Amino acid sequence: MSSAHFEYVQRLGDNALILGQRLSAWCGHSPFLEEDIAMANTALDLIGRARMLYTHAAQLEGSDRDEDALAYGRDERQFGNFLICELPNGDYAFTLLRQYLVDVYHHQLFLALGTSSDPTLAAIAAKAVKETAYHVRRSGDWVVRLGDGTQQSHSRCQLALDELWAYTGELFAGDGIDQAMAAQGIGVDPAQLAPAWSETVANQLKQATLQQPRDEWQAGGGRAGLHTEHMGHLLAELQFMQRAYPGLKW
Amino acid sequence: MVVASAPPDTLAPSVQAVRAVLDAVCDPEIPILTIADLGVLRDVRIAAGCVTVVITPTYSGCPAMHAIDQDIRAALAAAGYGEVRIETELAPAWSTDQMSAAAHAKLRSVGIAPPAHGAHDKRALLGRKVPCPRCASLETERISEFGSTACKALYRCRSCLEPFDYFKCL
Repeated sequence: MSSAHFEYVQRLGDNALILGQRLSAWCGHSPFLEEDIAMANTALDLIGRARMLYTHAAQLEGSDRDEDALAYGRDERQFGNFLICELPNGDYAFTLLRQYLVDVYHHQLFLALGTSSDPTLAAIAAKAVKETAYHVRRSGDWVVRLGDGTQQSHSRCQLALDELWAYTGELFAGDGIDQAMAAQGIGVDPAQLAPAWSETVANQLKQATLQQPRDEWQAGGGRAGLHTEHMGHLLAELQFMQRAYPGLKW
Repeated sequence: MVVASAPPDTLAPSVQAVRAVLDAVCDPEIPILTIADLGVLRDVRIAAGCVTVVITPTYSGCPAMHAIDQDIRAALAAAGYGEVRIETELAPAWSTDQMSAAAHAKLRSVGIAPPAHGAHDKRALLGRKVPCPRCASLETERISEFGSTACKALYRCRSCLEPFDYFKCL
């Protein structure tokens, strides 16, 4: 086991946990009951995925840390999630647009990781890809419904998309860990996922009558632990109980 | 000659007996289904007096898995099994194709449309006509991708006008 292997699996878990935490905040606040349930269920899938990935990462590390230590016991700089996952929810258009862009990415990523030479990672990916197929269908439906909806819903979607676009480049900007893992057949070079992602997203945006933003400046730094100003606040809420009462059990 | 039945704490485990006990362990959210019906129960092994129960999670974040874990322990403890281990197996990933025909009939009997067979087929996974569990009409429509649990979607029958849960094909 290399530390790159541990880092690779851990940050896959970070993306799932942080996005799951964001989505959880809609529980009880979504526009109607069915959506509230759908949002909470998607969040549950993501948090469940984070638990499996953290448990696997902890086993790879071989220390006495467990899934909870990785979720609750690390500081901001030690999280390697994409910045897009930690952005505040904004309005429903922003949350769903973000979800769609990340869902399509996750679907392709886990499809590819299904053949990982790490059998546990391959098994987690095989589960995740089936669930993500549902996530994509739901978020994609909403992107079309809201984008091609009323003038109000359309303009909010367009605003959300314009803001989110600068955070999509990071999804495909691999670093040394990605390269090393791809070379060993454990991971995937994210750059390889870009063409299929771009094609799928472009088609959906067209159907939603949304204007795809131009590729300009792209934010980055999440993988290296350089987060937005929102991340610390998110962790404060996520980790408070375990920080205040270490080892507290439900 | 009458053989006194062994006191519970000395019960010698047999796979068949353990499975019989586990037949009483149901899904906490769809209690008409046992964990064997669901395909969550993968294996029972016995070695050196220790019972190992192998289960697989349905959905990654299914909150019922924790309850199922506890229910298995409670059922086996009540039946006198002292040493119990529960192992979680991820591969092959759980699929609704692993649910038994009996499970499908049970679901229909409580008004839940059973999953379409063939989870490997994307068309089945992503929406084919779901017959109404009450009137069997194919004139149904999806209201929401997610229903009362992660594993179900919410549908409505346009013939008998009843809403119903569809156990999604995964």
